[in-house]
Amino acid sequence: MVAPDSLSMPEVSVAQGVVVLRGDWTLRALSPQLARMRRVLEQSRSVASWDLGGVSRLDNFGAQLLWRHWRQTRPGQLRAAPELLRVIDAAEALGNAALPAPPRHWLAPVHALGDPLLALVSHIVELLRLVGQLGIDLAYLCVRPQLWPLREFSANLFKTGVRAMPVTALVGFLIGVVLSYLSALQLKAFGADIFIVNILGLGIIRELGPVLVSVLVAGRSGSAMTAQLGVMRVTEEIDALATMGISRHVRLVLPKVMALAVAMPLLVLWASGVAILGGMVSARLQLGIGFGFFLQTLPTVVPIANLYIAIAKGAVFGVVIALVACHFGLRVKPNTESLSANTTASVVSAITAVILMDAVFAIATRHIGVPL
Amino acid sequence: MTAPVVELAGIVTRFGKTVVHDGVDLAIPAGEVVTLVGGSGSGKTTLLREIVGLLTPTAGEVRLFGEPLHSGSRAEQVRRRRRFGMLFQQGALFSAFDVFDNIAFPLRELRCLTADEVHDAVMLKLAMVELQPEHGLRMPAELSGGMIKRVALARALALEPELLLLDEPTAGLDPDRSAAFVRLIRALQAQLGLTVVLVTHDLDTLAALSSRVAVLAERRILACDTLDRIIELDHPFVERFFRTETSRRAMARGLESI
Repeated sequence: MVAPDSLSMPEVSVAQGVVVLRGDWTLRALSPQLARMRRVLEQSRSVASWDLGGVSRLDNFGAQLLWRHWRQTRPGQLRAAPELLRVIDAAEALGNAALPAPPRHWLAPVHALGDPLLALVSHIVELLRLVGQLGIDLAYLCVRPQLWPLREFSANLFKTGVRAMPVTALVGFLIGVVLSYLSALQLKAFGADIFIVNILGLGIIRELGPVLVSVLVAGRSGSAMTAQLGVMRVTEEIDALATMGISRHVRLVLPKVMALAVAMPLLVLWASGVAILGGMVSARLQLGIGFGFFLQTLPTVVPIANLYIAIAKGAVFGVVIALVACHFGLRVKPNTESLSANTTASVVSAITAVILMDAVFAIATRHIGVPL
Repeated sequence: MTAPVVELAGIVTRFGKTVVHDGVDLAIPAGEVVTLVGGSGSGKTTLLREIVGLLTPTAGEVRLFGEPLHSGSRAEQVRRRRRFGMLFQQGALFSAFDVFDNIAFPLRELRCLTADEVHDAVMLKLAMVELQPEHGLRMPAELSGGMIKRVALARALALEPELLLLDEPTAGLDPDRSAAFVRLIRALQAQLGLTVVLVTHDLDTLAALSSRVAVLAERRILACDTLDRIIELDHPFVERFFRTETSRRAMARGLESI
């Protein structure tokens, strides 16, 4: 019996036309000097007589190394203990087993073009189906109001809304400061200091606030929603819900959509408010415009319609983010790769969709709330 | 006298206020197949995880191959880890890799094998666990429970380990598959001269595989001996676990199946 921790180095020597192997021919002993052993073996390729009598241990890896070296045929003369021969037999028995080549189809280039296109179509169809299913569920819930998932709605509202307040405030404040500072530099040059109120008011309330908050919420809550639904699919929790007769759309998707539809407008107001505060602080330091004057001027240069547009944008963007996040979450397949791919796709798609929707808003509301 | 492959000395494990182990001593010589048994919550899997270093005991020492588990340089510790393979209860296959890459992964991590050598070694491991080469292209999600266990076993054996740890190797398999898997482990153990430590609830498996049984009760190892002698022990746990009519039948079935 060999002590489990002893290790004797593998050796090769050629004496009188016989290759003599000694020591341990195991993966553990060979791996530190594999390149050298390959070279040494290569030098004795033509020898047909092998003596493995001095080999203390031979594992499958060692046997396969020799077998490959022997070009899959047993050397003319081979001296080895029976238990070593058994290992070599195992390597021989394997023969030329090979991983079958993955099937390659001659239409592969067409697939490469068509598959993404079909995937896009399937995304659109599934998203539409999700929206349709939610519509049906909403109608059903109106008939049976006791089934409204109010607890989940409340939990989601807290998670996506209240918990997002610090980060949106921080980012909003800094953006306000930066925007105000950069504008002030330009306005000062033209002596148009007073227009800082217009720029900040219109820019932040109408555009920057909703888009900024959407990007933050998509990264923060959208990814969380996708990952949560994805893991629930992997662990079959969603199937468990289905067997209890509980609709995943009512219990999982709807509360998330509702929560973001409510939380997003509030977050937009909150973040825009803080951003304007940041802008005011910066304007006062740079241009000497007082807080009182700023707040008095703001309602006269920024029509109230802009605030309504911002709230509408917030609600729409919130619904879009939640729908996209749930859509990707429900597509996760039970493996880690799919989970990460879908979470990434969810955030990227949500932000892209929000910017597209913002463009639609810009066109649709081009005559509203802009002072001429 | 050679050092035991696994040696536990005075292991104490505490989770908060719960004491799981209080002075566990166990030595497993090379070539033995030792089964850890114990009531649920007795810390069998915890002990197994401490042997492989996934958990650190509150006190006491784990020695593998005659050396403390966490001794030596980082490279030495890595080398020590490569000398054992573990089969997890759920397989723990990398779900992003196909079967071939799962088994090839530890071999490629050695960074000194050529693609051909990795390929041949994986094919041999697949053949060892009685799978076909074409199964190599499947993803773990496409495998049945029995096949997941086989692939996980092949991966555990990829680095030609001297010590194999099995956590509930037959849990979740039907009796037929379970018997086949036990036969496979037994054949590989004999062929490769492995030392095996396993945790199981399944008396068929226990009777068919173990050369020794270690009973974990009252927070320590009550006894570690051959099954025949363990059955004779006078202890309430042994009474409940081994000496009922159903357990005797299960063990007889296990012995028959080999």
